[in-house]
Amino acid sequence: MSLLVELVSPERVAYTGEAKMVICRTTTGDIAFLPGHIPFIGVLSTHPVRVQQDDGEVVIAVHQGFVEVSPPGEDGRTRVTILSDVAELADTIDVERARSAKAEAEERLRTGPGDPEAFSALRRAEVRLSAVDAA
Amino acid sequence: MPGAQERVLRRRIGSVQNTKKITRAMELIAATRVVKAQQRANEARPYAEHITQVIEDLSASGADVDHPLLRQAEQVSRVGVVVLGADRGLAGAYNSNVIKTAEREIMAARAEGLSYDLVTIGRKSKAYFQFRNYPITASFEGFSEKPTFEAAADIAARVISLFTAEGGCDRIILVYTRFISMGSQEVVVRRFLPLQTVSRIAEEGDAKAVAGFEFEPSPAAVLESLLPRYVESRLFSALLEAAASELANRQRAMKAATDNAQELIVKLTRKMNQVRQDAITTEIMEIIGGAEALAEDRDEPGDLILSHLDSDPFPRHSGSGHHTAPDRTIPDPD
Repeated sequence: MSLLVELVSPERVAYTGEAKMVICRTTTGDIAFLPGHIPFIGVLSTHPVRVQQDDGEVVIAVHQGFVEVSPPGEDGRTRVTILSDVAELADTIDVERARSAKAEAEERLRTGPGDPEAFSALRRAEVRLSAVDAA
Repeated sequence: MPGAQERVLRRRIGSVQNTKKITRAMELIAATRVVKAQQRANEARPYAEHITQVIEDLSASGADVDHPLLRQAEQVSRVGVVVLGADRGLAGAYNSNVIKTAEREIMAARAEGLSYDLVTIGRKSKAYFQFRNYPITASFEGFSEKPTFEAAADIAARVISLFTAEGGCDRIILVYTRFISMGSQEVVVRRFLPLQTVSRIAEEGDAKAVAGFEFEPSPAAVLESLLPRYVESRLFSALLEAAASELANRQRAMKAATDNAQELIVKLTRKMNQVRQDAITTEIMEIIGGAEALAEDRDEPGDLILSHLDSDPFPRHSGSGHHTAPDRTIPDPD
């Protein structure tokens, strides 16, 4: 028995696949889902989501959003749905762009500290980069 | 040498032909884009469905909070009208339909003595209201054919701030064109904010909700961060539908224009041929007339075509002396 993982962004379903375990970070802390987990809805914080499969791991950069574990369907499998405005698979991330975005955000924070937009841009870039590192 | 009138007609046919090429190209472009736009609308559906599903789950668990986006005003004194138009014209009545409907809504609000905020999306709707001196609170443009989620999020943020601001709008309506099928789209006016209560949203979804969910950090907190997403996703799907409608309308308008151009070409070509034939006939008449005059000058009996024109061209008996079609004389059976 395995988990059915779906990564849904507003524009499309970005990824579907099977997994042994899904590890993600909600606003209150890390949580891992195994098959048969009870129904669960959590608010994700900006952090990579790790989807462990039989033959490796898929890492997804998630910038806020929700994780929903639905009750097992008719086939008896537990579904994990990740809803996120911005969700990128680690291997589709443009590392160079993320690096330059990070540098730019840091620069903006240095000149004008407390700029919330620059702060979240920095956070996003960091998540992208850490997702690439973790993959 | 073609005559003056023929030249004019030839030039007009050329210009209509060029226009036809352009409208035909636009028709084909719109046709491919409308398929893509529909596809995007379909791809966006899972997200909207999941968000609604989560709200249903929340509702089933009995979480119903007092969120600003859910608060119903006891008395409406200010309404917000969001118009979803296109950036470009040449889409038949698409823009004017949606603009007219929005204008009616504004008139109705005025008639009730309410003040209003107008948010325009698309260059065309902005131009219309600006020209007529309507106060525009906010306008967005440059993405009507291919809306991105970021654009939807921007608009949603602005609209939410209009709604939640002190002395802001008590009700916000969305005027857009719903895409029913390739052949039919209709302008609809939808209440956008305040949202219905959580349980009402839940009732409208078709999936069954199951109680017994665990929430982290808490049902209320989840709902708190979920509702703005829900607003964004609703706005995004409206934008996608409007884009598909715009393209379908443009395809139809351009098809009509192409057909009209073709019809005009046929008509003008007929006219041109007629004019040319007239000119040729006149020219022949002139030549004959000139030759006749010359012949008369020489004082010889007219051995020319013209002298035979009023006589029977196919005489039954003697064909001698006639130059016109002597071989075609019908042989007498006797």
